[in-house]
Amino acid sequence: MSDKLSLLGLLPEQSVLVNASASDWRSAIRLAGEGLILSGAATADYSDEMIATVEELGPYIVIAPGLALAHSRPSPAVRATGLSWVSLRTPVRFGHQDNDPVRLVVGLAATDHSQHTAALGGLAQLLADPARLAELAAAPDAATVRRLISNFEPEVQS
Amino acid sequence: MKILTVCGMGVGSSIILKMNVEKALRRLGVTADVEVADIGTARGAAATADYIVTSGELAPQLGEVKARIVVIDNLVNVDLIADSLGAALREAG
Repeated sequence: MSDKLSLLGLLPEQSVLVNASASDWRSAIRLAGEGLILSGAATADYSDEMIATVEELGPYIVIAPGLALAHSRPSPAVRATGLSWVSLRTPVRFGHQDNDPVRLVVGLAATDHSQHTAALGGLAQLLADPARLAELAAAPDAATVRRLISNFEPEVQS
Repeated sequence: MKILTVCGMGVGSSIILKMNVEKALRRLGVTADVEVADIGTARGAAATADYIVTSGELAPQLGEVKARIVVIDNLVNVDLIADSLGAALREAG
């Protein structure tokens, strides 16, 4: 998992924020944007783009109960492929009819349509188990989040 | 058979959906080409697709398409995707 395009390789400790406070979905996405800015994956404009995506297309980025994958399209505001992680102390509503409220926001900056595919596959498997999602969302610090991720071995994609 | 997985941007949720649809198809023992599209290009791409798999939030934005639409609200739950896709395939005969 030391590969720079692996799940952990794309999610440095500085991009993991735990037990954060967000007043609404926009501020939750901004926190995910901060993580991408800190790692150099994106500029501040990308946070606006992620918010605009939800304003235009609706809260479809809430891909599972309690889980949002904040992202927009590749743009000049994306400097490198990267991920960020925000667990919320108090879950916030995105307006999704089935999957609200959101407890964990994963931010994604993508430079193209393929580089991050394997990491996203790993992320999807990691968070498919509701018990593991709950454990990760409740992790007390960034090091614990990264340790729980590194303990997880995704099944090999065929 | 061609299946299109559709999300807003074609880089995030639709990629997760594509991988999980492929897993679900293996479970169902069904062979198909699975392609990713964003909501802007999905209508054009839908002309040659048999099925479109997307979220309930985006499905109404597809408008009139000939392909059968399968709505999935939990994109990481392969069991649910296999159930929904299996039901749609059976319905189509």
